[in-house]
Amino acid sequence: MMVADVLRPRGAGLPRLRDTRAVWPVLALIAILVFDWVMVPNFFQIRVVEGRLFGNVIDILYRATPTALVSLGMALVIGTKGIDLSVGSTIAIVGAVISWRIHAGDPHIVILFEALAVAVVCGIWNGSLVAGLGIQPIIATLILMVSGRGIGLLINLLYGGTDPSFDSPLLQGLSTGHLWLIPTRLVVGAVLFVALWLVIRRTALGLFIEAVGGNAAAADLAGVNARRIIFVAYVLCGLLAGCAGVILTADTHTSDPVSVAMYIELDAILAVVIGGASLGGGRIYLGLTVIGALVIQALTTSILISGLRPEYNLIVKSVVVMIVLLLQSRNVRHHVTMLFQGRRR
Amino acid sequence: MTTGTPTAPLIEMREIRKAYPGVLALDDVSLDFYPGEVHALLGENGAGKSTMIKILTGALRRDAGAVLLAGKPTDFASTAAAQAMGISPVYQEVNLIPAMSVLKNLTLEKAPTRWGMVSWRGARAMAEAKLARLGLTLDIDKPVGSYSLAIQQLVAIARALDDTTRMLVLDEPTASLDASEVAALFDILRDLRARGIAIVFITHFLNQVYEISDRITVLRNGQRVGTGLVGEISRQDLITMMIGRELSEVEAVARVRDTAGGAPVMTAGGVGRKRTLAPFDLTLRAGEAVGLAGLLGSGRTELAKLLFGAIRRDSGTLTLGGTDIRATSPRHSLAHGVAFCPEDRKTEGLVGELTIRENIVLSMQAKQGWLRRVRYRDQLRIADDMIRALGIATPDGEKQVSQLSGGNQQKVVLARALASSPKVLILDEPTRGIDVGAHADILTLIRKLCDRGLALLVASSELDEIVATSDRVAVLRDRAMIGELVGAGITRDTIIGMIAGDDGG
Amino acid sequence: MNRHYLPLIATIVVFVTLFAVGGGMYKNFLTTRVLGNILADNSFIIIAALGATFVILSGGIDLSVGSMIGFVGVSMAVLDRAGWHPMASALLLIVFGMAFGALQGWIIDFCEIQPFIVTLAGLFLLRGACFMVTLDAVPLRHEFVREFAAAKIPLPGNGVLRSSALVMLGSLMIAVAIAHLTRFGTAVYAIGGDRESARLMGVNIRRTTIQIYALGGTYSALAGVVYALYTSSGYPLAGSTLELSAIAAVVLGGTLLTGGVGFVLGSLFGGMILGLISTLILFNGSLNSAWIMISSGVLLFAFIVMHRFLVGTFNLRGTA
Repeated sequence: MMVADVLRPRGAGLPRLRDTRAVWPVLALIAILVFDWVMVPNFFQIRVVEGRLFGNVIDILYRATPTALVSLGMALVIGTKGIDLSVGSTIAIVGAVISWRIHAGDPHIVILFEALAVAVVCGIWNGSLVAGLGIQPIIATLILMVSGRGIGLLINLLYGGTDPSFDSPLLQGLSTGHLWLIPTRLVVGAVLFVALWLVIRRTALGLFIEAVGGNAAAADLAGVNARRIIFVAYVLCGLLAGCAGVILTADTHTSDPVSVAMYIELDAILAVVIGGASLGGGRIYLGLTVIGALVIQALTTSILISGLRPEYNLIVKSVVVMIVLLLQSRNVRHHVTMLFQGRRR
Repeated sequence: MTTGTPTAPLIEMREIRKAYPGVLALDDVSLDFYPGEVHALLGENGAGKSTMIKILTGALRRDAGAVLLAGKPTDFASTAAAQAMGISPVYQEVNLIPAMSVLKNLTLEKAPTRWGMVSWRGARAMAEAKLARLGLTLDIDKPVGSYSLAIQQLVAIARALDDTTRMLVLDEPTASLDASEVAALFDILRDLRARGIAIVFITHFLNQVYEISDRITVLRNGQRVGTGLVGEISRQDLITMMIGRELSEVEAVARVRDTAGGAPVMTAGGVGRKRTLAPFDLTLRAGEAVGLAGLLGSGRTELAKLLFGAIRRDSGTLTLGGTDIRATSPRHSLAHGVAFCPEDRKTEGLVGELTIRENIVLSMQAKQGWLRRVRYRDQLRIADDMIRALGIATPDGEKQVSQLSGGNQQKVVLARALASSPKVLILDEPTRGIDVGAHADILTLIRKLCDRGLALLVASSELDEIVATSDRVAVLRDRAMIGELVGAGITRDTIIGMIAGDDGG
Repeated sequence: MNRHYLPLIATIVVFVTLFAVGGGMYKNFLTTRVLGNILADNSFIIIAALGATFVILSGGIDLSVGSMIGFVGVSMAVLDRAGWHPMASALLLIVFGMAFGALQGWIIDFCEIQPFIVTLAGLFLLRGACFMVTLDAVPLRHEFVREFAAAKIPLPGNGVLRSSALVMLGSLMIAVAIAHLTRFGTAVYAIGGDRESARLMGVNIRRTTIQIYALGGTYSALAGVVYALYTSSGYPLAGSTLELSAIAAVVLGGTLLTGGVGFVLGSLFGGMILGLISTLILFNGSLNSAWIMISSGVLLFAFIVMHRFLVGTFNLRGTA
């Protein structure tokens, strides 16, 4: 009795900690960084080389930016209880369009908007299939996923297809350049993040997406236009994938539709899930999604610096996914609790 | 038929208790089922009928209590275990795979096999035998979904029955059948009863109860109101047990009725929809509460949803404050100042993941459009006002709505409707499944709203609630409005009389 | 006639039309040799699609197919280098595929996680395992591999049925038998048609789910074996995105991705349609994977919209 009484307050505090969703992804990120710091004592060192910042932490941020952008779009779509498998294909198409228009001689600033417009068209396509025709999201976005990289290859053919590489100070500046000391893409990513946050949280769009994803029937009876909301989510997801596409394409300054952004849809879904959102929809955590993308990149980086072969990357990633998902599963938590209670008795 | 024959019960259910988060679905209910007897189980939605039979047939586990089969305690771990003991259920709605053939539906998991391979010849013989037991002849290779609902219902019964069946549990088997189909079903039930099978029969058609059953049990709010042989309970008594409260606590709130009424706000002329509700006329006036009375399945919810536009009407006109409303959708209705609180909070009312505040502002935000966001400060103020005005038990508006109790959830749905500043408020079962305290709160609130000039429509299965709150009552029976009662004419007895109708005697 | 045959009939019509179009455009197209080659070249996709058919019929999805094919391939190659007989390593890996699938099925049902995510983790895990086994392409040098590649049955005309096609046809017959002659097969359709009803009708959902994914894993592993023997090598990147081809083959074969409606036999035609497209583009001389991807996407789109139309018009899923 006494023991139980002593334990109770602590037990009552636990669920509150567990409900604070921010704790887990942030803890995971800190744990990984601490691990890196133990492995490499000067891990957090940041130097200035040729007028820009260098260092492991900057590197993680730098490499995570495209995935983070795609993940933010995915977070919106998952918030509506949907999924977008076609983001990788969108990036491939964007890359091909950039390469094609540069060879056609368009001004580079125009090309930037052309690329984003193409990404929006991809989003409109997905949104129309899901919200308009009412096709299940996995199936609807599978179509573009299957054919998108082919479309990219086809666009490469438009100008002969022999050499899709290009030079563009503007686009490469956006991707690999630096503003003052900071890599430009970090600035671009931050600006897009703030803009998206404003659109989602300073209008009612975020609330509507969460309402539609949480309970479509109730949202409908409450007067929310569910179809339009879902459509907008897919368009925004396409647009953000397009931004990631510009950065990735300019990074390699070539269009490689077959292998660019391979498996990025999976990383993005993973980032959203690590960020604490359920695939069942109903919640958008923009900040935690970015943390999720950083966790994924930090994992990759730590595998590299810990001396493990890079081949372990995928295995570690999949194990992390499973652990996160198992922790989210009610049934598993129930059985684990039973196990501990049984032992206590 | 076999009434009064003293036999030992086949199944005894002792003090069954089952709780869901926030709701006590069954509160120590005991029931006996006898072989060769049709036992009708009655009650409104949420009374606990379905939970009771799901526990009986192994589809749900009970929290407490005991089930005795022929005097021996039993515990069915699954529907398969219950079926192995001869208890065959036919559930409401979900009971067959529509895309599969009749043959496969009848023999799923039961088809005879040899060396692991199904003998389809044997399975056919089995299926034909099952259909023959009910005197049915069908093309068993056609998908079940291609037959009428009546035939599907019979196929489900045929599937449930075999030589070892000792008890047949039927959940609303006649909801989709016409008169001749019901007669055919009852012939089959009488035959089964004569063979000594115990039959549990859930329905809301009173005529059918008197036609077929031997014993009646009425459940309400998870408790057993009464059990008796069919000859001992009159129709009036039965309706009273189902929807009229024996206790007169609610009647204490009785008040002066406002028979004059204000200006007409919403007028429905010949609004209806085929196979949903016969066309009806109804006028809602400012400052007046109109009650919708009727048994389960009489069309209460349908009427409410037709007015709100959640069900599209296929006839009639709807005017709101003098203007015709042609397009009907929840969005349009809200824009015109009509708000609706649905009956089923969980599936249609609340977005459980969102907070109280977010749920409350949802409708007013939808009305304003997504660009003009309600400022956070205003959201907090509105949520706080509502929490205080409706007495929602929560420290603040940032709690997840799914963590609230049933009564408080209902208040949140109400708060959302009120926050959209409506002229007409339609409430479907505002007090379903909530505790006594919240119950009284909500009734008082309804009165207050009325006094403030809101036009109210309240659909309820609690007769006394309607009597206590309404200025006018529209009575529904068999998916049609059969009349209106005004002022002093509104009493429990007059309403029960109208529902019982001519054949009520 | 049973309206459930409509999607399958549409598939066969498309296949025959494509074949006839090919015959009209090119000489030597309408021959048993082309047919035999299509069967042999696509046998591993079709085998994987057969397993995926069960998964999709039950309303699920299996993304681990391609990685399983890659993993089985490299494992066979490495075991071959260690002196194992290919048949022995094949048997071991097929058992592994079954166990891996069963584990995925158990996690899906027990943890109530969407099949998409669980099998996605499976995709990562197995692909990572490929890289652990080897980073290089490893040849299979055993005598048996050459014998397997050489074995063939002549067809009337100029064509031959190669051993990989024979394995595929054998596994097709087994799959058809499982789908239509076992209680398990009926239960798969029942779960895909209406999971809750199936549970209430006494189907053991957990056991059946585990069996479904175990069957899927078995077929993927078998596809990996055929792929390794057919290419006589193991390569850690082999089979990437083949899960998409398998799913496409199933959908083109007339199985609804929503589950409950479809036929195992359809996946044979679905896979052959995919093969036919590649062959047509090959005959055209402009061997270009772009056109292959785009045409599969267009076909997929057409079929998904058509299925949706058929479901709506003919009420295929039978919901009232």
